[in-house]
Amino acid sequence: MIENRSLVIIGSGPAGLAAAVRARKSGIDDVLLLEREDQLGGILKQCIHTGFGVKIFKEELTGPEFASRYIRKVKELGIDYRLDTMVISMDEGKNITAVNPRDGLVVYKAECVILAMGCRERARGALRIPGTNPSGIFTAGTAQKFVNIEGMKPGKTALILGSGDIGLIMARRLALEGMKVKAVCEIMPYPGGLERNIIQCLEDFDIPLRLSHTVVRIHGGHRLEGVTIARVDELLKPVPGTEEYVKCDMLLLSVGLIPENELSREAGIIIDPVTGGAIVNQNLETSVEGIFACGNVLHVHDLVDYVAIEAERAAKSAVEKIKGKGKDPKKRIQITAGNGIRYTVPQIIDYYDENEKIKIYFRSSDKLDESRVTVTCKGKNIYTKKYKRLIPAEMEYIKITASDIKGRKVIIEAEKR
Amino acid sequence: MKKQYDIAIIGAGVVGALIARRLSFYDVSICLLERHIDAAMGASGANSGIVHAGYDAEPGSLKARFNILGTGMMPGLCRQMGVPYKNTGSLVVAFDEDDEARIDDLYKNGIAENIEGLEIISGEKAREMEPALNPGITKALFASTAGVVSPYKLNIAAVENAVANGVDFIRETNVEGINGARGGFIIQTSRGNINAGTIINCAGIYADDIAAMAGDGFFHLTPRKGEYLLMDRSEGGLVERVIFQPPSDKGKGVLVMTTVDGNLLIGPDANVADSKEDIETHADSLDYVYRTALRSCGGLKLGKVITSFAGLRATPDTGDFIIGESIKVPGFFNAAGIESPGLSSAPAIAEHMAGLISESLGGLVEKKEYSKGKGNHDFFRDMTLEEKEKAIRENPDYGQVVCRCENVTKAEIIESIKGPAGARTVDGVKRRTRAGMGRCQGGFCLPAVIDILAGELGISKEDVMKGDPGSYIFAGRTRE
Ligand SMILES: Cc1cc2nc3c(=O)[nH]c(=O)nc-3n(C[C@H](O)[C@H](O)[C@H](O)COP(=O)(O)OP(=O)(O)OC[C@H]3O[C@@H](n4cnc5c(N)ncnc54)[C@H](O)[C@@H]3O)c2cc1C
Ligand SMILES: Cc1cc2nc3c(=O)[nH]c(=O)nc-3n(C[C@H](O)[C@H](O)[C@H](O)COP(=O)(O)OP(=O)(O)OC[C@H]3O[C@@H](n4cnc5c(N)ncnc54)[C@H](O)[C@@H]3O)c2cc1C
Repeated sequence: MIENRSLVIIGSGPAGLAAAVRARKSGIDDVLLLEREDQLGGILKQCIHTGFGVKIFKEELTGPEFASRYIRKVKELGIDYRLDTMVISMDEGKNITAVNPRDGLVVYKAECVILAMGCRERARGALRIPGTNPSGIFTAGTAQKFVNIEGMKPGKTALILGSGDIGLIMARRLALEGMKVKAVCEIMPYPGGLERNIIQCLEDFDIPLRLSHTVVRIHGGHRLEGVTIARVDELLKPVPGTEEYVKCDMLLLSVGLIPENELSREAGIIIDPVTGGAIVNQNLETSVEGIFACGNVLHVHDLVDYVAIEAERAAKSAVEKIKGKGKDPKKRIQITAGNGIRYTVPQIIDYYDENEKIKIYFRSSDKLDESRVTVTCKGKNIYTKKYKRLIPAEMEYIKITASDIKGRKVIIEAEKR
Repeated sequence: MKKQYDIAIIGAGVVGALIARRLSFYDVSICLLERHIDAAMGASGANSGIVHAGYDAEPGSLKARFNILGTGMMPGLCRQMGVPYKNTGSLVVAFDEDDEARIDDLYKNGIAENIEGLEIISGEKAREMEPALNPGITKALFASTAGVVSPYKLNIAAVENAVANGVDFIRETNVEGINGARGGFIIQTSRGNINAGTIINCAGIYADDIAAMAGDGFFHLTPRKGEYLLMDRSEGGLVERVIFQPPSDKGKGVLVMTTVDGNLLIGPDANVADSKEDIETHADSLDYVYRTALRSCGGLKLGKVITSFAGLRATPDTGDFIIGESIKVPGFFNAAGIESPGLSSAPAIAEHMAGLISESLGGLVEKKEYSKGKGNHDFFRDMTLEEKEKAIRENPDYGQVVCRCENVTKAEIIESIKGPAGARTVDGVKRRTRAGMGRCQGGFCLPAVIDILAGELGISKEDVMKGDPGSYIFAGRTRE
């Protein structure tokens, strides 16, 4: 079966929901939202802690509360959505093949597509942690789903590897549910998650944070019996003699999220090796015309508010394209992440209008106190912003004006003042 | 459980399973005893999955004979049973004159064994065939008959086939002693005694212990471990053929290959293991595997590794496979010391063993009706759009994709549990369907697989295991 649609959005996390609402409100009647799970909301469904929506709603909502505000709008606006619907392939011509038990297999021919597939978690294998292969090793998100949605305890005593926000939040969650958390180990010399989470999730629960530590061996035949942890040097290599055995029956891994771009690759979209997401311009259009990306599938976000803002931007661009208002740019400018900058989104600026204010999100590549971010083109500084502190865990943004950009290249750098 | 059989086969690895399948064509009662909760949990579940051309074994050895015969049987056998197999060909690459001499020797071996499709080619030609090969490669031995197979699927399909033909697959049953004699063996197991007229010992790394139990422990097996790194399907296709390095005293050398399921696999190394249960991986071994593989192909990306694993070779002190009836204990047959190329050889070993048993029992008669396998089995992910559409129309569970990385549907998972010798564990589902074998390694599908297992087996979620008893996933509920 083949169906034509102006706009198909893949994924119904906050990115997909916010994009759908915005596109529908802007007059696109046949928006279609595809979600492989049995409910709308994406990862927010299982994030029952508060801290969502501070920027958009000026309130501390839980994940499900935040999602429900958008889900209500989706329903009020009569937006068409399909649950239990897995997109299994997509091509450059924007033919999207999806399956579900009710409609069977359907090919949607879309004028525009918004990618909002979120990300998956990096697993043990990717870290190559040696040792045995028992049960009891979970990614933090899977454990979160077990505890928060299914009401199941994935073990009794845990060690958590990785101090990203998911790891920190799960440490508190396990403690609250009566499980013991021996420690959170972090290979870097600084924590990966937001500071408020270090305080609220670890310090308030007396859970030790072991910086510059990693797991070097898994023990146990059938079920995990313990892990060996060790301190690492500056090159992140374990230091012999610093090994410690920690008895535990559960190892939670919070060691990174990977944008789910298999479909994007299939459609020929060019991926940024640093973000793991598509390379986009300021309209969040990928290298395939008419396909846009937003949310965690584009780059990993720590604040849902930014996801929603980004999604609205993608929807606005898609709507303009559908209504035939898309213009051809006068020139294309490459943004280079220079010293001190890990990546930027967008990676490309298309020059349409000299007055356009262009928002560039970035993460620093290291912890930098009392720093300064500069933008230069053709050797000339066109923008400077001072920061009290930059850390890789927190995404920042700057705004530059199109007319300031000379030539076809700009470099963004961060350094100590 | 029945207690009396004509034939008891000990060990449901690929060797025991294929023997059970082959004997199940005859009118005899057979049990297949396995100490684990599933088949393919020994060496047959953790190896390279290569169907070797057969040039590396000593000419005239059992290894050479069964390898060449088995490799010839493999394509047809896999077709009968619906097991993924691909005739890829292989290359042994040489980096210097010593290596060139080694591959010349292999070539001569192969010619002595009448192996077809062997050719020594130049480094340039090799790189033309496999652009990912390093410039330092000077020559290569090409073998056109080599291929790749899914070893655990072959193993499991053989058990299923055997069970469909009436074999009793008795799991979680450890053989602990053997008494009696031909015609009246008493096998002591962790679940009570089983009587059998004939015993076939296919116990993998434990085959020497089983032979000793029977009273003929004339050989000794050493567990030699091989560790691997498995990479994302995105890297599969880096090489089309199996790329070997010349064999040395450490084994066949580290290889680079694309598995039949499309992942890139590198390994194994070879070290004596601490015990017969030791399948731990080690940082230095994995490191060695990666560094050594880089010699063949510079383009291997460590960041693309999705899992690592180890398998144990059952290396006999006799230097060759041990196949046949015990001289001291008539009625007790060994298929022991089946190290590499044991997977390739297994079909031929099964054929040969069936002949020996039939002879020993005075000539077995074929059943009037039996199955040789369920034929081609299409996985949802390999179906065409039309086939997918039809499959979902006939069974809506095909429309429910459970494993997103490998596109495994609910219908396939249910089938894997319900089938003959069905899955009882998360790993069992994984080996039968690939759910959880992809890049996220089950992070996404684990909760759904647990639900389906609990539902189909009629057990609570707390009782769902990853593998053997004790490998529980949940320690309880947060709310009762
Ligand atoms: C544990 C955790 C704690 C967090 N804490 C906070 C916090 O306190 N405050 C805050 O502001 N932010 C927080 N965040 C960040 C924020 O919630 C995420 O960045 C945001 O949810 C990402 O939204 P998304 O829509 O891009 O992705 P997701 O929410 O992951 O949604 C993607 C959706 O796409 C679907 N999908 C993917 N592929 C397909 C396909 N092929 N076919 C059909 N559907 C598909 C998925 O099923 C999923 O529903 C947290 C995140 C996590 C994981
Ligand atoms: C690292 C490695 C790489 C290899 N690569 C290849 C290759 O590429 N190509 C190739 O042709 N071959 C290869 N091989 C060899 C091949 O894997 C083996 O020859 C083959 O799997 C052996 O099968 P099996 O049935 O004899 O043993 P196994 O698969 O080990 O099966 C033996 C079974 O017996 C059961 N058992 C043991 N003791 C008892 C007991 N007391 N009671 C009940 N049950 C018992 C075990 O649980 C097990 O299931 C490789 C081997 C290794 C280790």
